[in-house]
Amino acid sequence: MALSFMEGNEAIAWGALEAGCRFFAGYPITPATTILNTMLKILPPKGGICLQGEDEIASIGFCLGASMAGMKAMTATSGPGISLYSEQISFAVGSEIPIVIVDVQRLGPSTGSATRGADGDINFLRWGNSGGLPVIVLTPADVNDCFYLTLQAFNLAEEFRCPVFIASNKEVGMTRESIDLAAIERPAIIDRTPPPSGEAFVPFKISAGRTVPYFQPIGDTVLVRQTSSTHGPEGYITIDPDQIAANQNRLMRKLHTAVDRFSFFDSYLENSDTMILTYGVTTRAAQVAADVLKNEGRPVSLLVLKTLWPVPVNLIQKKAQKASRVVVIEMNLGQYVNEITRVLAGKRVDFYGQMDGRLITPKQIKEAVVNG
Amino acid sequence: MDSLLNKDRPPVFCPGCSHKRITTALDKAFRNMGLKGNEVGIVSDIGCSGLFDTFFHTHALHGLHGRALTYAAGIKLARPELKVVVTMGDGGQGIGGAHLLAACRRNLDLTLLILNNFNFGMTGGQFSATTPPDAQVGSRFLNQLERPLDVCQVARSAGAPYVTRCSSYRKDLAAIIEQAIRFEGFSIIDMWGICPGRYTRSNKLTPKMIEASLGQLPPLEGVVAENARPEYGRRYRELAARQHPAAEPVKIEKKFDPPQIGRREVTLLGSAGQRILTAGEILCLAGLSAGLKATQKNDYNITVLRGPSISELVLSTEEIGFTGIDKPDVIIALSQEGIDRRKSLFGSIDQDTLIIQIPGVTLPPSQATIHTVNFKSSGIRSSDWATAALVILAKSNTVLTLQMLNAALEARFSDKSLSAAKDLVEKVKDSL
Repeated sequence: MALSFMEGNEAIAWGALEAGCRFFAGYPITPATTILNTMLKILPPKGGICLQGEDEIASIGFCLGASMAGMKAMTATSGPGISLYSEQISFAVGSEIPIVIVDVQRLGPSTGSATRGADGDINFLRWGNSGGLPVIVLTPADVNDCFYLTLQAFNLAEEFRCPVFIASNKEVGMTRESIDLAAIERPAIIDRTPPPSGEAFVPFKISAGRTVPYFQPIGDTVLVRQTSSTHGPEGYITIDPDQIAANQNRLMRKLHTAVDRFSFFDSYLENSDTMILTYGVTTRAAQVAADVLKNEGRPVSLLVLKTLWPVPVNLIQKKAQKASRVVVIEMNLGQYVNEITRVLAGKRVDFYGQMDGRLITPKQIKEAVVNG
Repeated sequence: MDSLLNKDRPPVFCPGCSHKRITTALDKAFRNMGLKGNEVGIVSDIGCSGLFDTFFHTHALHGLHGRALTYAAGIKLARPELKVVVTMGDGGQGIGGAHLLAACRRNLDLTLLILNNFNFGMTGGQFSATTPPDAQVGSRFLNQLERPLDVCQVARSAGAPYVTRCSSYRKDLAAIIEQAIRFEGFSIIDMWGICPGRYTRSNKLTPKMIEASLGQLPPLEGVVAENARPEYGRRYRELAARQHPAAEPVKIEKKFDPPQIGRREVTLLGSAGQRILTAGEILCLAGLSAGLKATQKNDYNITVLRGPSISELVLSTEEIGFTGIDKPDVIIALSQEGIDRRKSLFGSIDQDTLIIQIPGVTLPPSQATIHTVNFKSSGIRSSDWATAALVILAKSNTVLTLQMLNAALEARFSDKSLSAAKDLVEKVKDSL
């Protein structure tokens, strides 16, 4: 076993490279800048392209253009940049452009605290697009997750032609950590699917048995049309309500019906009456708290979500089956707990959160469980 | 060569709209160049100019208002052989101003057609960045307050190597467009035209008047000699090819046994410039050489050479959960502002905690074992104090050993900086 020592941000960059990402564009912003730095170091010598845009809007715009031209593309920013990405994110959602977007969250609101962590963008990532259609959000807890979930993020973006977020946090992205890269299990790499030979390419046509259009790159032999307007199969504007409804419903369905396949999680001691549910860096304190409680003879279950959106309803309900009480811990003032309350209607759902730049400690979690 | 116009989707502009002429001229330019549909990408944004991509049988991307140049840049870099034409109105030019400036500075091989008709046609004739102050438009009096932008002068100052200002009624419009597309680099044509649906309903504007107005401006007809330089994409590929491949992440094998089993926590309290983060990294690399897991959580201000710098290190024979530290085994206290930032830490520690401090700093009261070391009087620079403190720990096999420390220095440094680091170790070993 040989260990490397790197930040979560660096692990995301190396994961992206391994996933086949050859286009990156970003704008400097703490705590995400080291992704840009690392991509700039590793991509150009590999024949890839790494750009620093004139702003965040341009950075993601470059990525959308490159993705439509056939390259796997990624961008990275923090909360203030996600705000600026918003309109382009809606474009990627509605027009099915594969892209991986990393949000290394900092303490908000607004420019907030550049060098302090939080998980304050969790609902923003889901709902910060016009039209409100679903996106995929994955949450790493450590440097291993940063690498592994980046591979998965690219696969999901390619398969479902949608934006996939990696909701990191300063405390994951800029914390250096030992990592055994060789020991990480790799999923098979997925690439966007061209139409089978013999089937004519129609930009947004849904072939039988599929929920996602086939992909052809702009610039190849077959003409490709892409548009941010409400469109029919050919990629021209449409005002036909039936056609519009079918398309909108499909954009929702293609992710909602598939989330069981990409509900990433960790769980411990599944049968207790009380279950802690958390995600991101807080996971690490929750694990310690769960160990302490077990040693004290008061075992609790722990469910760690690594897929937050779409909400992995089946996973959550299954893991919470034995629990009558669920304690949701978040590094914000209460966001995802609303989903848990909805999904686990009938169970007691408690919340403990903190948003002051400090990590939630194992002791705080233990107290929230014991005294709640 | 065949027309690239989309026969199924003829232009839908208002009767008398100059955009129609531009559509025809663009098609003629494509034909004259012998371009096939799959050799061209049209990128458009919002407004009447945003309809252009639908009139042609080419690759097409229609996106957000003012952002067309951003998609075009991604497409062109991914597909250097594609001829990429961007259409934008005076509205897109205004809202996408930052992208326009950047495109001029970048000089990527794109052709930007600005369909300049002095107002927002589609949304009701509001004023744009080019509306004359004395025009009657849909923004009541607001256009009287702002000065119209001469996009060509702006483009020229921003470094565009090819700028043409012309009337959409020029007989040789197709040739003008063709020249711009043929130019290898960023080319802009500011095409003045008439919007019969909105602008000329309340303002008199004729092709002759456009010609007369243009005649009063300094002519710009293509190549801007002072901005001539290599095209961005070509240059990017040249420079990228010269970059050395990035080194793979350094891998450290377990070579030693750690001095302790379990979890050890070390907090470095110092200031920017004391290389606190580097020392923290060295300690973790030392841990790796003994097969330990390690985490390094840093805390510093947004200022660069000022302010406290804190590094929290965990080394453990087990997987590391929580990366925070509330009862460290060791505190290395090298500056008052670093200590002040973590005042609360001292309330939780007892005699099991070892503090290595420099003279002259004030620690909050605690039960800890304190070891004061005067690095300064031994001639050690403050940027080396944190690493020197690691040597002191290693001498007593606390958290790390000298072997582990040396392995870390060899993994982290090379050449001169490695020998300087090793000299430091010897010096501290012998004198402190």
